[in-house]
Amino acid sequence: MTETTNWEPKIIAFLCNWCSYAGADLAGVSRFQYPPNIRIVRVPCSGRVSENMIMSALKSGADGILVSGCHPGDCHYISGNYFARRRFALLSNLLDFIGIESGRVNFSWVSASEGEQFAEVVQSVTERVKALGPATRLVKKIDALETELLIA
Amino acid sequence: MVKIMPKGSVLVVGGGIAGVQAALDLANSGFLVHLVERTAAIGGKMSQLDKTFPTNDCSACILSPKLVECGRHFNINLLTLSDLIALEGEPGSFKAIVRRRPRYIDPGKCIACGLCAEKCPKKVSNDYNMGIGERKAAYLSYPQAVPLKYALDPDHCIWINKPGRCGICAKVCPAGAINFDDTVKEHVLEVGSVVLALGFSRFDPSSLDFTGYGRLPNVVTSMEFERLLSPSGPCMGHLERPSDHREPKRIAWLQCVGSRDINRVGHPYCSSICCMFALKQAVIAKEHAHGEFESSIFFIDMRTHGKGFENYYNRAKKDGVHFHRARVHSVIPADDSGNLQLRYVDEQGKVMFAEFDMVVLSTGLQVYRHTVELAEMLGLELDADNFIKTDSFNPVVTSRPGVYVCGAASEPKDIPQSVMEASAAAAEAGLIMAPARWTETSKKVYPAEMNIHAQAPRIGVFVCHCGINISSVVDVEAVAAHAKNMDGVVFSQCNLFTCSQDTINQMVSIIKEQGLNRVVVASCSPRTHEPLFQETLRDAGLNKFLFEMANIRDQDSWVHQNEPEKATAKAKDLVAMAVARVRGEVALPYNTVPVTKSALVIGGGVSGMTAALSMADQSYPVTLIEQSECLGGNGRKVYRNWKGDKFLPFINELTARVTSHPQISVKYNTEITEVAGSVGKFITTFSDGHSFEHGVAVIAVGGQAYKPDDECQFLHGIDPRVQTLLELDQRFMEEDATLKEVKQAVFIHCIGSRIPERPYCSRVCCTHAIDSAVKLKELNPDMDIYMLYRDIRTYGQRERLYQEARAKGIIFIRYDLDHRPHVSEKDGRLLIHAHDPIIDANISIHPDLLVLATAILPREQTGSISKFFKCAVDSQGFLLEAHMKLRPVDFATEGVFLAGLCHYPKPIEEAIAQAKAAAARAAIILAYDAVPAESVTAMVTPAKCTGCGVCVEVCAYHAVALDENGISVVTTSMCKGCGACVAGCRSDAVTLKNIGNEQIMAAVDAAFY
Repeated sequence: MTETTNWEPKIIAFLCNWCSYAGADLAGVSRFQYPPNIRIVRVPCSGRVSENMIMSALKSGADGILVSGCHPGDCHYISGNYFARRRFALLSNLLDFIGIESGRVNFSWVSASEGEQFAEVVQSVTERVKALGPATRLVKKIDALETELLIA
Repeated sequence: MVKIMPKGSVLVVGGGIAGVQAALDLANSGFLVHLVERTAAIGGKMSQLDKTFPTNDCSACILSPKLVECGRHFNINLLTLSDLIALEGEPGSFKAIVRRRPRYIDPGKCIACGLCAEKCPKKVSNDYNMGIGERKAAYLSYPQAVPLKYALDPDHCIWINKPGRCGICAKVCPAGAINFDDTVKEHVLEVGSVVLALGFSRFDPSSLDFTGYGRLPNVVTSMEFERLLSPSGPCMGHLERPSDHREPKRIAWLQCVGSRDINRVGHPYCSSICCMFALKQAVIAKEHAHGEFESSIFFIDMRTHGKGFENYYNRAKKDGVHFHRARVHSVIPADDSGNLQLRYVDEQGKVMFAEFDMVVLSTGLQVYRHTVELAEMLGLELDADNFIKTDSFNPVVTSRPGVYVCGAASEPKDIPQSVMEASAAAAEAGLIMAPARWTETSKKVYPAEMNIHAQAPRIGVFVCHCGINISSVVDVEAVAAHAKNMDGVVFSQCNLFTCSQDTINQMVSIIKEQGLNRVVVASCSPRTHEPLFQETLRDAGLNKFLFEMANIRDQDSWVHQNEPEKATAKAKDLVAMAVARVRGEVALPYNTVPVTKSALVIGGGVSGMTAALSMADQSYPVTLIEQSECLGGNGRKVYRNWKGDKFLPFINELTARVTSHPQISVKYNTEITEVAGSVGKFITTFSDGHSFEHGVAVIAVGGQAYKPDDECQFLHGIDPRVQTLLELDQRFMEEDATLKEVKQAVFIHCIGSRIPERPYCSRVCCTHAIDSAVKLKELNPDMDIYMLYRDIRTYGQRERLYQEARAKGIIFIRYDLDHRPHVSEKDGRLLIHAHDPIIDANISIHPDLLVLATAILPREQTGSISKFFKCAVDSQGFLLEAHMKLRPVDFATEGVFLAGLCHYPKPIEEAIAQAKAAAARAAIILAYDAVPAESVTAMVTPAKCTGCGVCVEVCAYHAVALDENGISVVTTSMCKGCGACVAGCRSDAVTLKNIGNEQIMAAVDAAFY
């Protein structure tokens, strides 16, 4: 498959406004370089991210997902990051069940002061997703050729 | 009293956390603030910290929002590189002269791209990093600096010293901001009062040769170590020791370097914060270390006397931090490797040697020399240690009327205490100026907002070059061209600097000319610039919520500098995502809550009365409820404080002021039965059936003394010779002549404190016990007095009292939990068995007076009162503030504040400061007719709601409830817009306005076209 040689994954990152999004900003201010595969969506809190949003992103064509919030105890909204953590513990079982490889959907804590850590998280998530190859399990729009290939 | 109409402006000197807090409190309560900062940026010492104890919060993260708020506040005039050089006049009408040193870079033009610093050839020792590493002569102190503007260092800039020689910065600056001709300017400011938040400097240990500091590279101060730990520090948060950049595996902390030292340093006081500082560093260093790590703290007394501190200490012990009760004799090189050998004497008197990779000196706090000079110029009295002198019962008031002080300039103290004092100083400063509130502040007037309802989206996209910051990597023209084809986009263009004043003005006219009803700016981060652009929308008559930013600088061009094509593709996606998101956005109301301008204070002790008076003096009506039939609370039971000031006359005066105040109504024997409403309008019902409407509430329900009776082991309540500190105070107040007859007295410390079931220090008892012992010595100098203690915690300047007690011959014998003193009665005499660890022997004492320093407990009803206001209590039953460090008197619930012993045990001066702080914070709300509320709030579609109640469970703010039909309803005024309920809703019945699932998913989808 020719496309896999040049293939670059697209990764959707849901970052909480108060910690991880600020950490991503700090990575920029500090010029920590990381792979350009990530597309950041700013949300108020990691607790705002539902299982549905992750599944929909996979359906839209995301090859990988990153959800990142404040460290435990640091949540701007007191407890949102704990809900997020519990939600993803449960979601991972479902993902496993429906055949989404572990490593496609990732969760991390990055604080507003952790610019370098943010770059490292993106680096490792990108590598993980690259190793897994394109996500095809839930994608609605697979063109005819690819469908044939998949069936074959 | 002030006869003339006071000025409505105030001067705050010092831009550290205390100054910033005071400035924000004053500006938010209706005064114009001139904030004078000596350096090029505000932030002070706190900005240099890596983490803060006891929460291990990232210091910069929690501080930065306050700095940004300060930097762009409409009523804060930030004067950096400035000094107060003269002050004339009287309270209410001062004339202050502030001298502003040249920055040489025009802050109006600087875009903080950093090219000047990059190209500047002159390297200078980095003072922000405590001299570790280098910066340039063109510099920005730290990445989050406010104002985010570069400056030229006049001591080192080549051009400034030899005009014509360099000037590279001027050549490379894309904004033409360099101005070598900048000069000193003097500002004459007319202000009503002055708040000094002058901060502290750290003791320089170079003079203490035994530490090796200055000679041995791996001996560093605690502040240097803090920079080594910090991600923004010289080694980017990778802990390295200076000599060989190896990661240290064994670190020793030496406490009390420059504190508690009258021998070589001349600082008799305790610096209060260093024990926790070292504990934190030991814990954080271990987190940084890869693999094996050994930390040792050498200390005299471990002083973990603040809220959550003792727990932190216990945790550190459990995590393997070693503690040595010893003062180190010398630090010498162990060999040629850079390792260090420490020589010390252990508790048994044995000479010990230990080797470490690195040594951290916990250097004490001291007053800046320029603080002393400024105090002299202002005519302020200083105390014996050169701190600015304050009074026990007026903790932020200096000797000069109208001039107030907060933070470590008046005594060494930690951040929460400084923040509390800052708010207290704001309350005091505001009091004189209350009649002039809102007279000098400016309020912006916006044009009428355009109704865009049912209009098709007309989106304008503005793509920023940011000089070359974006355009050198991202093809911005291609991004703008790409945006033109997006659904709903009717206009797009590129700008060199979108945030520059001329582009902003241009944007306003484009919005009007093109009839835009939504705007996307593709530039830097919304965290720094969203408010500016939202303001621009309002100027153009658009609702500010019809706006999105695409972060193509911080999160694109700066992080993909070597991949321009991919960065451009990413920028196109990010713009498409922002456009998709803004397309579904609607105008949101600027929610407000009307304010009932009255306050409820719960608790008639010193804290409650102080808070009530502070608000009533600003002419707000206050209802003060007291459970008993008299005012004064615990304060009436205490004889005097460590400065020798007697409580009773003060409390009687305070009570008289409260009961005669026309704005205060006191209700005795009253409790609360119900509370309804939220910030702006609470309705509280009392036990007499009456109810009261109020905009804010202060909870000051006090604490209670621990009664050791139930344990029986100390014979308290059985033998009359056994008394608590408060019972002894009663005898002092009654001038009991029999006290003189006592020949031998014993004090046992930590009764009920610092034990597994109550793992906190009661903070005041060491000082109280020692003062009582000193008083007994005053009555009978021949009395033998023994203090059985665990650690003496006479923090700050209370240390002098401890020294006095030792000088008077009071004998201190330490005990630990394995060797608790045992009390019994034999042949009619009291018998105390104890263990002396120095001579390692058991001793017996037959005192005729045994005094128990008992713990301070929260009152049983604290929890039920806090529930009425939806506030939290901690594991010990004390009230839990909104943030331990930066919001010490606020609750997470807005409009409710706390003060006094119900928060944590504390001495009277701290309780008064906290009460004034609570009043200041409450008065901010009372200063407005309506308070803003979150606009991005949750919203329920009742038809979809199944009434499962998950949203109610997950809401941390009690903003969601089920109505009588079992359908979820959101109280908009209490919603903070986190979206936990939205994510939790299984039937998609709850949404967050403008951040609904549709908007987010539209943004995600847009990334794939």
